Amino acid sequence: MQGLSVEFGPHGSAVYAVNDVSFELAEGESLAIVGESGSGKSVTVQTLMGLIRKPPGRVTAGRALFRGRDLLAIPDSELRQIRGRDIAMIFQDPMSSLNPVLTIGLQLTEALREHQELSEAEAERQALDMLELVGIANGPQRMRAFPHQFSGGQLQRIGIAMALVCKPSILIADEPTTALDVTIQAQIVELVSRLQKQLGMAIIWISHDLSLVAGFVDRVAVMYAGSIVECADVDELFSTTTHPYTIGLLNSIPSLTAENTRLVPIKGTPPNVTLPPTFCAFAPRCDYAEARCREQKPPLETVNAGHTTACWRWREVDHLPRSPAAAQRVKPAGAAGQEALLTVTDLKVHFPIRRGVLRRQVGAVHAVDGVSFEVLRGETLALVGESGCGKSTTGRAVLGLERPSAGSIVFEGRDYAGATGEELKQRRRDMQMVFQNPFGSLNPRMTVGRIIGEGLRAQKIGTRATRDARVGELLALVGLREALRNRYPFELSGGQRQRVGIARAIATNPKFIIADEPISALDVSIQAQIVNLLDDLKVRLGLTYLFVGHDLSMIRYLSDRVAVMYLGRIVEIGTTASVFGSPLHPYTRALLSAIPVPDPKAGGTRRRIVLGGGVPDPSKPPSGCHFHPRCPKATDICSKVDPQPRDFGSTTTGRHLVACHHAGEA
Amino acid sequence: MLSYLLRKLLFSIPVLFGVTVIVFAIAHAMPGDAVLAMITAEAPSSEELIAMRRGELGLDQPLYVQYLNWIGQILHGNLGRSFVNGRSVGEIIGERLPMTLELMGVALLIAFLLGTTLGVISALRQYKLTDYSLTLAGFVGVSIPDFFMGLLLVYVFALELRWLPSSGISTAGDSFSLLDNLKHLILPAAALALFRAAIFMRYARAGMLEVLNQSYMRTAKAKGLRPSTITLRHGLRNALIPLVTVFGLALPTLFGGSVVIETIFQWPGIGLMFIDSVVNRDSPVIMGYVLITAIIVMLANLATDLAYSVLDPRVSYD
Repeated sequence: MQGLSVEFGPHGSAVYAVNDVSFELAEGESLAIVGESGSGKSVTVQTLMGLIRKPPGRVTAGRALFRGRDLLAIPDSELRQIRGRDIAMIFQDPMSSLNPVLTIGLQLTEALREHQELSEAEAERQALDMLELVGIANGPQRMRAFPHQFSGGQLQRIGIAMALVCKPSILIADEPTTALDVTIQAQIVELVSRLQKQLGMAIIWISHDLSLVAGFVDRVAVMYAGSIVECADVDELFSTTTHPYTIGLLNSIPSLTAENTRLVPIKGTPPNVTLPPTFCAFAPRCDYAEARCREQKPPLETVNAGHTTACWRWREVDHLPRSPAAAQRVKPAGAAGQEALLTVTDLKVHFPIRRGVLRRQVGAVHAVDGVSFEVLRGETLALVGESGCGKSTTGRAVLGLERPSAGSIVFEGRDYAGATGEELKQRRRDMQMVFQNPFGSLNPRMTVGRIIGEGLRAQKIGTRATRDARVGELLALVGLREALRNRYPFELSGGQRQRVGIARAIATNPKFIIADEPISALDVSIQAQIVNLLDDLKVRLGLTYLFVGHDLSMIRYLSDRVAVMYLGRIVEIGTTASVFGSPLHPYTRALLSAIPVPDPKAGGTRRRIVLGGGVPDPSKPPSGCHFHPRCPKATDICSKVDPQPRDFGSTTTGRHLVACHHAGEA
Repeated sequence: MLSYLLRKLLFSIPVLFGVTVIVFAIAHAMPGDAVLAMITAEAPSSEELIAMRRGELGLDQPLYVQYLNWIGQILHGNLGRSFVNGRSVGEIIGERLPMTLELMGVALLIAFLLGTTLGVISALRQYKLTDYSLTLAGFVGVSIPDFFMGLLLVYVFALELRWLPSSGISTAGDSFSLLDNLKHLILPAAALALFRAAIFMRYARAGMLEVLNQSYMRTAKAKGLRPSTITLRHGLRNALIPLVTVFGLALPTLFGGSVVIETIFQWPGIGLMFIDSVVNRDSPVIMGYVLITAIIVMLANLATDLAYSVLDPRVSYD
């Protein structure tokens, strides 16, 4: 790729999506392109494949030479011959990237029949081989199934099989694991690495996650605002980081092992790509920026052999403190008391399944199936687990957004499980929720000010004037400018929107906040900002958090205690130190080992427990211990007897309950 | 699937019952009755004669008795007899229904094929001249009411150009032939179809544009498939799914439309029959017509639901 530039939109007000991007990919090599949303990483590879829409997109410069042919110059009919045959692609969300109305078999064979003009039978045979290779059992039968009959992890395997049927020489993977759970992500990464060796192909892996790619690629290119800012062999990039943006990205990731120092977010907001790229786009967010950075765009300079960086001050960066000033403040210690603010006992949320002429209930989805925990005043309890484990439903049931089927929810001494009307409204003054997706959870037709103030109005708190004043206070508290009050959500960035979501939640001065994956939809550099904000608010307002999440490294960073959920039940609960330090449940261990670590050297030495299969159907949970079909330690008893939680804690570590027959064995 | 069908059919019983109440109430709320409608100015009749005729038709009984009698007949599969000529209502409708179904069926087919094709073309050429022209044509199409479209077609193709006959189902005096019948069908079917084609086109365009933005379309392109394969195999099939709803909604309006069109083109279907029976206050025929169309519409809705599950494997009924 030589000097690729891509713009979108009309000439006068174009979006400069890709600016002068060059890289090489050798036969059999794996290259990761890492960047946040809007960095141009996806546009770069989609341009190469001829997948961007023109208009509005247009290539303003550059060549993409594939074995001597310029892919950007040849007509689409010729590019079509290369697409899918020599260069294939897998996409982010396997659920939406496969056609819902066509069988898997047809979608697998069509590329083969197009490019190699195989007979139907021969194409089918090759497709079956490929299905086996990616680990889909029962191929002949599965070929006739439709995408919705598979789980996300299986679909991504099928997506990979679909890309590889023609044995391409380059596989482009566009964030193929972002939509998947961490244990499934581990499976997919392992699969792709294995297939790469087996088939001898080169890989371009697009990701927003430096830690993930650290484990398995040869080289990394970091992109920001449409340009490559740093590119090096993976070991070199992590050991001799020279670009301030790369450094910032690494600092935003909480460590799984190190002491909990406060996260160092990259300040500011994502770049404005509507300005012509005539200066360093990172300068407004950079701690090292000087006048020159705002006037001239730094060229890519060679640091070492194979290591380039685009920073005017890269020689000095090394000598300047890696994380400036305020960064070293230690995370404020949780001032948790011993008094329980919330006690949930044997909570069950079952969703009925109805069938037949008379819609009789024939079963139930056991979303939450007997969960008990306490949240102490002033602490942060984290609920973790993979999608479908019931963690979000638990959170919603606590707030009364979901009606519990059984169990009690005691808040400050009063059980309000199943409460409605006035009583529930009263509860919600004291507890609020921060929702996962700040793009979908804010009403697009309401201004920021109205969104934040709505809860006050609903609770009939204060007068119009005092509510207005309170909204102003709240804006300041979450770090938003007063001027944003009259803006609409679409005018804000993801981080700003989540700040609005947080301001809305704390408007009525609640004591307890349920945060349902509040950062998972945000960019890495913004995540750290939001986490720090939640931390600050907790101390300033004396809040207690129930934090629902799946990002374990973030959870280790911000929680006092952790409850690990699997298929509607808590399998392990204890202090963060004991659960992360000495996990006792096999599921917790697998979960922890699946987390990518931002260290290329750890990839080989760390033993990763890759769980087979996926989470079972919660309407038909396995007998005995729900985890036993995937558990490496399962024995006879596990399939028969449901393990009761046992306390493995001590006076120093606090209670550490584990529901496993084999916990504590050598 | 079977239990879904059974449940739907069970639910349709109270609905049909409601229909009988409403149609009976409306038929009897009309000013005058069948006897008065028969008595025209040139045949003045005495009060006794009117009372006698009313007695013969059962119109002198209390309304609830009339209703129960009618319902009783229906439950025996009998729609009653026409007040005007004494023929069985079931027989009259049975005779004329095929004509109406032919007209509606052909109109729907034209509307669907024309609308979908143009809609897909419009979407593929978004914001180009073709798209704008088709959008304009579609706007004109939805703006012209059925009856006016009918008159316009008659004027242009029957009166001015003299290409096609303007009324009836076959040429008077000739023996019936399919070709002749189809020639008579073209104008009324087109009059009914064009408005609906315009609606189908708008929905097909929107549906296709939505599908074009889906990631599976990008996957299909990334596989290196031919553009035609991408559009037809991957695109159209998905774009058709929302059209099924529009198709289901078009059906009831077609019955309304056919009443007007059959009158203009003197097409001897149940629409024309309905107008005649309203003029004659022939309430058994009016009620029979409404009941039969209600049943057809309900069956069509059921068929629409089934069409979903055929087109979209994610939809399954139980």
